[in-house]
Parts: sequence; structure tokens; C-alpha cells
Amino acid sequence: MGKPDLPCSLPDARGHFGPYGGVFVAETLIPALEELRLAYEACREDAQFQAEFSYELAHYVGRPSPIYHARRWSGHLGGAQIYLKREDLNHTGAHKINNCIGQALLARRMCKPRVIAETGAGQHGVATATVAARYGMECVVYMGSEDIKRQAANVYRMKLLGAAVVPVESGSRTLKDALNEAMRDWVTNIGNTFYIIGTVAGPHPYPVMVRDFQSVIGEECVRQVPEMVGRQPDVVIACVGGGSNAMGIFHAYLGMPEVRLVGVEAAGLGLDTGRHAASLLAGRPGVLHGNRTYLLQDDDGQIIETHSISAGLDYPGVGPEHAWLKDSGRAEYVAITDDEALQAFHALCRFEGIIPALESSHALAHAAKLAPTLPRERVLLVNLSGRGDKDMHTVAEKSGIRF
Amino acid sequence: MSRISATFQRLRSQGRKALIPFITAGDPDAAATVPLMHALVAGGADIIELGVPFSDPMADGPTIQRASERALRQGMSLRKVLALVAEFRGRDADTPVVLMGYANPVEAMGQEQFVQQASTAGADGVLVVDYPPEECADFAARLRAAGMDPIFLLAPTSTDARMAQVAEIGSGYIYYVSLRGVTGAGHLDLGEVVARIPAIRERVGMPVGVGFGIRDADSARRIGTVADAVVIGSRIIEEIESSPRDELAQRVGAFIRGIRAALDERPMAGGAPS
Repeated sequence: MGKPDLPCSLPDARGHFGPYGGVFVAETLIPALEELRLAYEACREDAQFQAEFSYELAHYVGRPSPIYHARRWSGHLGGAQIYLKREDLNHTGAHKINNCIGQALLARRMCKPRVIAETGAGQHGVATATVAARYGMECVVYMGSEDIKRQAANVYRMKLLGAAVVPVESGSRTLKDALNEAMRDWVTNIGNTFYIIGTVAGPHPYPVMVRDFQSVIGEECVRQVPEMVGRQPDVVIACVGGGSNAMGIFHAYLGMPEVRLVGVEAAGLGLDTGRHAASLLAGRPGVLHGNRTYLLQDDDGQIIETHSISAGLDYPGVGPEHAWLKDSGRAEYVAITDDEALQAFHALCRFEGIIPALESSHALAHAAKLAPTLPRERVLLVNLSGRGDKDMHTVAEKSGIRF
Repeated sequence: MSRISATFQRLRSQGRKALIPFITAGDPDAAATVPLMHALVAGGADIIELGVPFSDPMADGPTIQRASERALRQGMSLRKVLALVAEFRGRDADTPVVLMGYANPVEAMGQEQFVQQASTAGADGVLVVDYPPEECADFAARLRAAGMDPIFLLAPTSTDARMAQVAEIGSGYIYYVSLRGVTGAGHLDLGEVVARIPAIRERVGMPVGVGFGIRDADSARRIGTVADAVVIGSRIIEEIESSPRDELAQRVGAFIRGIRAALDERPMAGGAPS
């Protein structure tokens, strides 16, 4: 028997993480993905590309993002110390911009003047519209018409930035339908169009490419945490929808088995209610959107509608590398309900003066559960993947307030 | 010899081209499907592509997605599609049926179970849109072992290497996607198709069917001058959408008869595969 694959050496040449990942698309998309794979592999090894990427991250995004010791909140919880990786302080307010910069630079190298994206809550759409404006590219964002209604402010932000927002009326009119529509645009306009996928899912090379662009998060942490506490953290915690912020912070730690990695999925109204978005905990492996991974599906293999208070976690699949990390046991996955996430949201507002995104609030909520069970000298590192300004509406509504 | 190969051989000897209509199983409801299939055969169809509805049909345009959604709302499922195939076989032992759909329903049933049940039901070929050859060598081998043809797509952008790959694990026929885009799109580049088909046929050593973008008798006839088969999908779905429920089979049958006549009126010279 051969040596088992080291989790940090994956994927293989065709994008497989164990049985997951791969390229499950129609023939019409194969040449586009092949062109993208070759271009990305060249850029990965290209010092000039990497230097350009680093420059943009430093001067446009504002990296490195700091790590902050949530001292008052940790004290209140009475256990392990919670540290926050402040991706919420990035330009546009979330980790999404890291990946969009990388892919836009790649699009420019490939001489594609038009970028397209899908978006659910609008965060990835805003990040894409932002980089398109920054690099002078045409930008089209597909968004389910249901989501357009729910996220009027983000739709306006995208338009301000010069993007065309196309409402998608098919299926459940949400994120997955927007993704289908973006794929259709790409297959029709392959010659001049680059499809910026916002998470570590989709066909190869997207999962590895997005992970690489986001892995700057964990690489910074590996340097920053020892500077603050003299060693690496005991536990790293991140929320998982598609899983890009989690892969971004996990990746640098994969080869450090002493660091526990915990991904937090959306339990919505509760895992037993069927109204959630916990693909890894409650789904089964299958094929969707170009890769094999855990999916929320019915017995016939039809994809089912998901629910989470956080639109960014409201997706029926998950990146294939997370599927592999789950099966291999390198990372553990848990779920947090809407109500638990809201509690953590309010706690961070009150104890630390930080308004977190509802997505990130799921990771915070798990930290709040874990901290009191551990001694004071333990270190929990939570990826605060985005700020919560975009969620004012949702949270206010939950409290019975309307603007 | 498979029913699909036998069909192409017979047509070749008659100097005719195969007409392959596509309908989605369960659209507009389960009871409509088998009568529609018989009507298609009566109207001149040589092979039937039967769509297995999926919640997220990424490679299809809005027309076929609507058909999928109608079928799923009526409770259609892969198991029920296979039952419809068996029902069709009860009255038609000759016309090949190709199941066309997406990977996840097959994966949910389990590849092995699917192959066995599809074979038992009387299916002849399977085209899984999002199983490109490099991801399904085992599945294709299972299909062939069960006497079914794994059908693959090729596109205008497919390289020689991919054609070789498809030739190695595919059989029955090749479904050539005649345009860049999704099903039902309007911009068919006839010149490009005509130029590409002979080379593709030679490389893959199988009959070549052309689909995506064929909407009427005229485009069918022109494709038929070079291709071995003409596939029509979205246009038939539109016919189903616009027909009163009790005239479905009759209207769709009439439409397919028009295409058949156009395909057959073509002069018999050239185009047959070696």
C-alpha cells in the first residue's frame, strides 16, 4: 500500500482531492477550463505575477489584516482566549476581495476584457465589480431575483461600481441558479470572458486557485500569532459555506497536526428541521457545479433548497477540499443555528465594538461554545471573514425593527 | 450489435440520415411521455433522446430547464424515467432510447445500480452531460459491459486529443454540439459545422449527430447533408409548451414529420460514414 496523500499536497494534476473535486462539466466548457488551468499554473510559478498580487493586496486591499485579541469577550466567556483574524478590515469589508484581485490579474494576463460572476448576498458580486472597476474591465454579475429583492443595497453598490446586474428567474432564483446562469454566459462568450468564481468550489482549477489566492490569510496568521502569543494557536475556527475563507485560513496549518481545524456550517433552523445549509454534516457526496463533493440533495439526487440566516452560507454544496478534509479527519466540522449565530453577533458588538458579518458570526458562536470548556491559556483563532454592515437589515428585522 | 449501431447501419444502407428528437421525461406530466415517444417514432424519429430532469441543468438553456422544472414539479425521478422506458419498450422493440441527463441523479442511485436498471428497462445509450471522458472511464466501461452505448459530446473547440479520448471510451454515436453556448441558443454556424464534421467522423470512427441550435426543416436539411444524425431538442419542447394537453402527441408528431420529410428529400449523394 502506498503512503496516504498528505492533505497539503493535494489536489492531483486533474484537481482531485481524494474522491472529490475533478472536472465535471459539459464538453463545451472543457477547453475554457484547460486554458484557465494552463494560465493559472504559469502564473503560480511566475514571480512577477506573485509580486503584482502582493502589491495589490498590500496597497489596495490593506493587507496584512491584523489579529486582534478579543480580551473582554474572552474574559466574559471565562476560558480560552479568542483571537480574531480581521478580514473584515479589508477593502470592501470581507475576505472575498483577495480572490477577486487574483482572478482579475489572471484575466488581464489572459487578455479577457470582460469578467462575470455569480453572487448570492452580493458580497462576491461587489468584490468582483470593485476589481473590474479597478482594472477597467466590463463586469456582469448574475444574481437570483429573490436575492436582488433581499439585497437592494448591494445591488446598488455593484451598479455604482459600473457592473451590470442581471436578475436570474430560473429555479429557486437564488445563488445556485445565478451560478448556473453565469456558467451559461461563460460557455457562450468564452473568447473574451473570464468567469470569477467566488469560492473554493466549481471545476478544477477553481478550488485550488481560489484556495491559493485566499491562503494569504493563514500564511499571515502563521507569522502573526506567534508574535502575539509565542506559539501557534490551539484551534483555528472558520465558517463554511462554499468554504473559501476557511480554506484560506486552514491551508497554512494543514501540515501542523497539533493545530485543530474546525469548520462551522450553517445549521439554519436546526439540522433536524431540514432547513439548513450544512452540506458536510447532513449531505451526501454527489456531483454539482463541476465538482464531486458533499451536497444537500433528495433521494433522487435533486439538489434541495437550503436555508441560513446568512446568505453567504446558503449554498447546497461545499468546496471539494473540505469534503476531503472531513473524510480524512484533518479538519472537523460542526454546525451553528441562526439563533446561536445571532447571539454571537450581538456579543461581539457589545463586548468588542466590532459588528461581524452573519457568516463569521457562525464561527464566533462555535468559539463561544468551545472557549469555556478550555483553560485560559489556550488560544482560539477565529477568522472574522467579514464585517456586518451588510446584515443590518436582517438583524434589525429579527429584532422586530424596520428601517 | 447494439440497437443504435444497427439503426445507423440500416439508415446508411438506405442512404438516409437519423432523426433524433429530444424530450424531457415527465414533461408536461408522466402520462404524456410514452405516447409522445410513440408519436415521435410514428413521425419518423430513428432514435429518441429522453431527458432525465435535473434541478440544476447547467448546460441547458431556459427552454429545457423549464421542461425539467415542469417534470420535477410533477414528481418525475430517475426511477420513474426508467419505468417509462420499460413501458415504451413494451410496444416498441426496435427504436433505440438514449437517456440524457446530469451526473447527480446517477450518482445518487449508484452507478452500478443505474447501469443495471437502465439496461433492464431497455435503454440503449446514456449521455451524462457533466461526465466528460476523463471522469467516467469506469462508468463507460460498465455501460458497454451491459450492452449500452456511452454517448459523448464534442464541441467546435474540442482538440484532436479529446476526440481520440472520446473515440476510445465512447460508442454508438458522437453528439456534436454545433455552437458555443447552451441548448436552445440561436446562433448556429452552419459553415463551421459543415467544415468540421468529416474530419471529426474520421477521427472518432463513429456516426456523428449534430445538435444545439437546429430549429426547423431548413437547418435540419442542411445539417443532414454532412452529419449522420440531426438532434432536435428545444424546438420540440417549445412545441410541447404551446400545444393543448390533448393535442400534444398529434402536434409533436406533425412537427417531426415535417423535419423527417426535409431530411429525406435531400439528394442521396455523399456524407455516409465509412
